[in-house]
Amino acid sequence: MSTPLDASQQPRSIGATGSENSISMIPEPPAVTAPVEPEAARLECVALEKAFRKGDHVIPVLRGVDIDVAPGEFLSIVGQSGSGKSTLLHVMGLLDVPSVGEVHCDGRRIDNLPESQRDRLRNREFGFIFQSYHLLPELTLLENVVSPLSIRYSTLAWWQHRHQIRDQAAEIVEKVGLGHRLKHRPAELSGGEMQRTAIARALIGQPRVLLADEPTGNLDSNTGQEIMSLLASLNEFEGLTIIMVTHDERIACRAHRTVRLGEGRIEMVGRAA
Amino acid sequence: MYKILLCLRYLRTRWIAMASIISVMLGVATMIVVNSVMAGFATEMRERIHGILADVVLETHTLDGDPDAAARMREIQDVAGEYIEAMTATVEVYGMVSFKYRGQVITRPVTLIGIDPQTKAAVSPLVTNLSSFTSGRRLGLKFGPESSNCQVIAVTPDSAAAIAGLENGDVITACNGDSVEYTRDLSSQLKNSIHQPTVSLAVRRGKRSLVLKVKIPRPSWDLTADARAHRRTLIELERRRIEWNRPREILPAGGTPLPPPGFDAGPSSAPPTGTAEQLTPPSSLPDAPDLDALDPPTIADGHTTEDPAASLPACVYLGSGLIEFPMEDKETGEIRIERMVLAGEDVRITTVSAGRPPEPRHFTATVIDVFKSGMSEYDSNLVFCNLEELQQRRGMVDPSTGDRAVTSIQIKLKDFKHADTVIKRLRAAFPAHIYSVRTWQQKQGPLLAAVELETGILNILLFLIITVAGFGILAIFYMIVVEKTRDIGILKALGASSRGVMSIFLGYGIALGIVGSGVGVLLGLVFVWYINEIESGITWLLGRKVFDETIYYFPEIPTAVDPFTVAWIALGAVGIAVLASILPARRAAKLHPVEALRHE
Repeated sequence: MSTPLDASQQPRSIGATGSENSISMIPEPPAVTAPVEPEAARLECVALEKAFRKGDHVIPVLRGVDIDVAPGEFLSIVGQSGSGKSTLLHVMGLLDVPSVGEVHCDGRRIDNLPESQRDRLRNREFGFIFQSYHLLPELTLLENVVSPLSIRYSTLAWWQHRHQIRDQAAEIVEKVGLGHRLKHRPAELSGGEMQRTAIARALIGQPRVLLADEPTGNLDSNTGQEIMSLLASLNEFEGLTIIMVTHDERIACRAHRTVRLGEGRIEMVGRAA
Repeated sequence: MYKILLCLRYLRTRWIAMASIISVMLGVATMIVVNSVMAGFATEMRERIHGILADVVLETHTLDGDPDAAARMREIQDVAGEYIEAMTATVEVYGMVSFKYRGQVITRPVTLIGIDPQTKAAVSPLVTNLSSFTSGRRLGLKFGPESSNCQVIAVTPDSAAAIAGLENGDVITACNGDSVEYTRDLSSQLKNSIHQPTVSLAVRRGKRSLVLKVKIPRPSWDLTADARAHRRTLIELERRRIEWNRPREILPAGGTPLPPPGFDAGPSSAPPTGTAEQLTPPSSLPDAPDLDALDPPTIADGHTTEDPAASLPACVYLGSGLIEFPMEDKETGEIRIERMVLAGEDVRITTVSAGRPPEPRHFTATVIDVFKSGMSEYDSNLVFCNLEELQQRRGMVDPSTGDRAVTSIQIKLKDFKHADTVIKRLRAAFPAHIYSVRTWQQKQGPLLAAVELETGILNILLFLIITVAGFGILAIFYMIVVEKTRDIGILKALGASSRGVMSIFLGYGIALGIVGSGVGVLLGLVFVWYINEIESGITWLLGRKVFDETIYYFPEIPTAVDPFTVAWIALGAVGIAVLASILPARRAAKLHPVEALRHE
């Protein structure tokens, strides 16, 4: 939390400061997965399995998934409802832990890290976009956008960096085209605006991987296309690794590569046109 | 940073939280008000008790007393003289006081205390309880009724006030710098300042205003000018009554001295004949129906003097509760205090002699003053008598040596904090089977302990109310956590730690507690500050007195705000709010991010 903002502008590795020691205990040599782009990260899933327990029944959701996401890749995961695609995204984004298998980021295993480091990685390395936006209703658009930074910094550090944060937020809000609605509450925004706010929020922490769970699910097709264009341009010009879950084939085809999930297994891997 | 932001935002947007703030606030305010009033009552009561009892009292167990008071006082001086400021010897004995009121003889059981006013006043503030002092009569001033302004309607010649330069028609505007409006204000001001040697009165005379210093006379067994005049009137009335009766009797040749008018129709005294009651009083006496109501002063007990209006050798200060009762005026419906005996009249005292077996002793005494301390226990029980006379009547003077016996020696200390040392030394010096040595607090231990117990129990009950408020906070917080589950999931997805989420809700609880108890403290203090105004408002609303001063003896509700108590109450309330928010906060912290995000 006390890391100065400057750290994010340096070439980064996982747990840029403070958590170096615990990371280095993982046996894989870092050289193997040296990133092509300094900003992006390689994300790997090895034999992921995840089962939920409901009473006496154990319901398997993921039954051995291997995915390798290259740095700077735009990957979409498609599948029917209940195929486990959201769960896969959650496990990859450290919101959930796999029952079996491993998740690697830049060659280091991250799924078994202690809670505090997982929180830290979620804050710094991953950006999340959800189908129902998940903005905090009490906060204004601007406050929502900067919330990852307000989690990252203590009050004192926040005070010290307030100008920097303000500039950064203004830049990103401008990029998503919401410069005129800074003081509005989420309830006063349209669906598209809310999703743009969510994207701005996901980007402000300068993450290396963007995880999007049905980002266009609640939007009409025009607005959905706008959002997709925004994501595509982020991937293209900023080299951001994006993993997107969707059930809509037309949306999925905007990605570099599509993985189809069914019954918790990968059914098909295809490359978009 | 997000914790503070969200705390404040939740505080501003969750109106349901106002419910818990209000419950904390009311609990805190009630506790402060109740504690202040109880403390006020207790302080006032202690002051009043202390005003009558001395710091340390040495008592004999027997009513015969210690045969040589002077020797005991010398011993006390030897043992603990360096801590002692003043001492007085008293005789305490049980007795009865009888007086005539509207044709009936009223007898009351009393504690008779023989005192020497001069030394007694040095030990405890005696004069502040004597109504002739607080009403200004002893200074030589006479005012209108209680609710009138402080205009002097008469100044006694050669009195302290006359010497100071007060004149008829002067209006007193301030007493010792505190402004007064009504005579009852002046009375309470005099009560506060009359133990000093002088009192300064600001006076408005016509258009001029001046400040006069009045020397306060020392307490004595002298009648005030008013009482003396009253006594003279009574004697005159009695003389006329006897003269009126005379034609009905077989008269001896004229010019015989007055027969002594007895206190009652006892066999020993020569009473006026019973036919007096059947007679119509002469029309020349407008007050004639009161003839029977007033107790004619007696010139009995072999006491003869030049001035028939002089007091008897036995003099008493009567407790006001013995001779006063509230009476409703049939015509106006107003309740006023009826005095059955006035200063200057005579009462009959019955007590027991020293020695075995104790024998009844009767004597007649002149009421010099009325004693009113505000403690009904004392006011309706105590009769102060002149020490020498009581010793004489009870046979406590050794005929061979002239030593006078006393039953207790009251001691005033230079500093009450030495009380324990003094007690220890006195207990070592005086054998416990003859003497008991106690402080005034120990003497009134049960009463003070009862008040303390009452305060304690009330505090426990009221704190339970705040605890109930705490459970309210718990329920409301649980609700808020459930309502905010998705937001908690979002925060966790954005990287907030469990501890961070927990501290949001703990901080929220602290904020609620601080706001609630802060407003509560303010509300409570304002209520305490304006309690008498509020009381009169409620009295006006309900049409009947909430706080009856004739029952409680306090002109207004006494309050004492103890900053430590207030701080403890406020801290306790914040503590309870925090405790109540721990459980919901822990629940919030334990939420699984994915499940929380799915929560609708």
